[in-house]
Amino acid sequence: MNTSWFPVADDHDIIPRHVVRASLHGHELVVWRADDGNVNVWENRCLHRGVRLSIGSNDGAELVCRYHAWRYANRSGGCTYIPAHPADAPARTVQCATHPVALRYGLVWTRLDGGDHDDPPVLDALESDPFVLRARPVAASAAAVLAALESFTFAPVGAPPDREPTVECESVPGGVTVTATVDDVVERVVVFVQPVGLGRSVVRPVRSGRPADPMVAWRHHARVLGRFVDEVERLPPTDADADGVVEVAVAPPVARPSSDRRTVRIERKWTTADQIAAFELVDPSGEVLPVIQPGDHIDVHLPGGLVRQYSLTNAPGESDRYRIGVKRTVDSAGGSAYLHEVAAVGDTLEISVPRNHFALRRNVPDTLLIAGGIGVTPILSMAQALARVGLGFELHYFASSPAEFAFEEILEALGPSVNRHVGLDADATSAELERLLAQPGPTRQVAACGPPPMLDRLRRLAADAGWADDAVQFEYFDSGEVDRSSVFTVELARSARTIEVATGVSVLDAIRADGIELASSCERGACGTCAVTVLDGEVEHNDVYLSPAERAADDTLLTCVSRATSGRLVLDL
Amino acid sequence: MSAASATSADSVCTNSAILDRWHPVAASHDVADGAVHSTTLLGVPIECRLAAADQAVVTRCDDPGAPVAAMVAYECVWACLGDPVEPLFEIDEVGERDRRIVHAGTVGVHVSAPRAVENFLDMAHFPYVHTGILGVEPHTQVKDYEVHVDPDTNDVWATDCEFWQPLAATTSTDGQMSDYRYRVPHPFNVVLYKTTPVDEMRMDVVALFCQPVAPDRIVAHPFLCLLDDDNSVASIRAFQLKIFGQDKPILENQVPKRLPLDPRAERPIRADRVAITYRRWLTELGVTYAVIPV
Repeated sequence: MNTSWFPVADDHDIIPRHVVRASLHGHELVVWRADDGNVNVWENRCLHRGVRLSIGSNDGAELVCRYHAWRYANRSGGCTYIPAHPADAPARTVQCATHPVALRYGLVWTRLDGGDHDDPPVLDALESDPFVLRARPVAASAAAVLAALESFTFAPVGAPPDREPTVECESVPGGVTVTATVDDVVERVVVFVQPVGLGRSVVRPVRSGRPADPMVAWRHHARVLGRFVDEVERLPPTDADADGVVEVAVAPPVARPSSDRRTVRIERKWTTADQIAAFELVDPSGEVLPVIQPGDHIDVHLPGGLVRQYSLTNAPGESDRYRIGVKRTVDSAGGSAYLHEVAAVGDTLEISVPRNHFALRRNVPDTLLIAGGIGVTPILSMAQALARVGLGFELHYFASSPAEFAFEEILEALGPSVNRHVGLDADATSAELERLLAQPGPTRQVAACGPPPMLDRLRRLAADAGWADDAVQFEYFDSGEVDRSSVFTVELARSARTIEVATGVSVLDAIRADGIELASSCERGACGTCAVTVLDGEVEHNDVYLSPAERAADDTLLTCVSRATSGRLVLDL
Repeated sequence: MSAASATSADSVCTNSAILDRWHPVAASHDVADGAVHSTTLLGVPIECRLAAADQAVVTRCDDPGAPVAAMVAYECVWACLGDPVEPLFEIDEVGERDRRIVHAGTVGVHVSAPRAVENFLDMAHFPYVHTGILGVEPHTQVKDYEVHVDPDTNDVWATDCEFWQPLAATTSTDGQMSDYRYRVPHPFNVVLYKTTPVDEMRMDVVALFCQPVAPDRIVAHPFLCLLDDDNSVASIRAFQLKIFGQDKPILENQVPKRLPLDPRAERPIRADRVAITYRRWLTELGVTYAVIPV
């Protein structure tokens, strides 16, 4: 497998909101540009059922599969939403195979995995004003085309037609530089060859410097290249034409227990509201950050072993940074004080990968978003996600004073859907919530985040007004309580270890957190990869993989979703 | 190895789990009035005709003297190139005299038979592929349903399936919450029992019989056994072919075309419960044709 950089598309063809199919060495690729200008090159295959993503749609932030509308995020290729299960955040293992991308000389370049980490070739001839000529597909292998290019000749555009040009060819990485001269008319064209696979390739010529008349140059070189391609295709096929039909990877690598932690650099810090500092966090080496789903939060690890959770305020497609808001709390053990007073632009922080306990359903047309104070942060990511897909919402933002409204620039972009409620006391807040919650219905839902007293009131009022339990999602931002309703212990018989599995933590994660490696794939109880043998104890089977007979036997546990009905399980690990 | 030679090398089936089963090879209306229908089954070129109203004759073009078991059932001619050890599965509803029984017309699809079966078993695509007919946003949720393998017949069943449908059948006048039961009695054939707007107590039967032409190519035979006294055969066919025409471009863009049986090869979700069982069941039956075995 050749893992060098090759051009796979003309930058000009990667039009906003379009999706383009390309090939390299027999690998099918999907190429699309997000509204922020980032070009993505991924394996052309939805992870769910293998449907080509190139028949999907590009909404400017995410690529949406045509079959079941699974949404994949700009940059990371991580899945952000699975409409069949609106209340569940997609497993983080659902992630498209992405390839590195470079835009150079008007072309989109990529390389397949395993290559060294250099950049596409640098060619002096193209450093100033490269001018992309029309590409041509060729029914011949890249090797055959490169061999034929050694004797490629053309008349420079603008030269007298009756004169024989002097031509020099020089090999460059992935192509040939051809210089044609007639008297003082010199024209230099670099012809790159994209190996498509299966005895096919694409020639991509780029001229050194912009010509006086682009139209004349385009037409001239289209004719020249057309003749060249005709000649190459008339050559008898050689062994080199049998290059690469690549069987699509049938079993993608099983998800590793990748480290939960990563280091980020503070790229920007500013005061977004009274007592609220905003931070933008980026990868220090420019690597792509793990996918963000609406309602996500990260753990921030601070000096002295402090860990604080902060919600991400990012919009869909805004995938090159994590944005958080930190409120300074008076009784703080030092977490928010450190971030407010000490942490500075350029410093690094240890964070966890994003997690989601507050998934946004998108199967109702009308969402009531309610935020109290700093609780606005996850609500902002939700509002921006709803706005992106055109679902209706109203955002009601409660704060004590006008100076406490954070992230004005996001609120402004959200427009008239944002309603501010300033300086209401507890009773007035309750009255306003009661008014907002007066009309439950099957086409409406509530998502709320704020201080515990406000959320407690909201939940009581919603129940009184007749809202169904699953129509009201909420997240407490300041809860010190740990729900211990389903804590149980797992004994690992072979490792002679005992682990406590807390509410909200999977057996799989608890085992991994103890340093034991366990393979997994779908992490939603559907593939059977993370199954372990149960030696003792009763299992609450929450998977959809085991047959009724296998469940009844009670000797197998899918660690990603299943739990114990007894207080203790003994596993063969 | 080129793609063409890869296909021809393994396109003649040697997998007895498939070879010894019945497969549809023609719509009955394609062999009416003495017509001879040429087609391909499991890589073997064949010809089908009717010797009498219910008596089919199937001949191998590569070996005209070889006996081929053939019969007529469910508006199709069926053939078996191996030993037909099991009878064809029963669809009891075809015996009810008030049913409309229609072969909706054959459709060639460049996909493997089990990919087509899985698509037929799938509800989650309704709002996106059959928009405004079998589903519509924002009704995208697939509620949990039950799956079991019948211990007597070894059929895979998905029961208690529910989905909101704006225009579920030719007889629909309004949206409805449809109840579905799916049955897979054969690796390449699937039967759906579905709420009918006409009668609360009975169900429409819609089946998809896949004729495996090659490991990555089928002729689909959509079969209908409906409670519908009003619509013409033409409009019933048109409805079904419209639905199938919406599925075809999806099916033909699935990569790989053969169905991977390794549960880690693709990312299943809870809504795929019946497909998860179907893939495990194919492995247990020893099916290696048209699939990528574990």
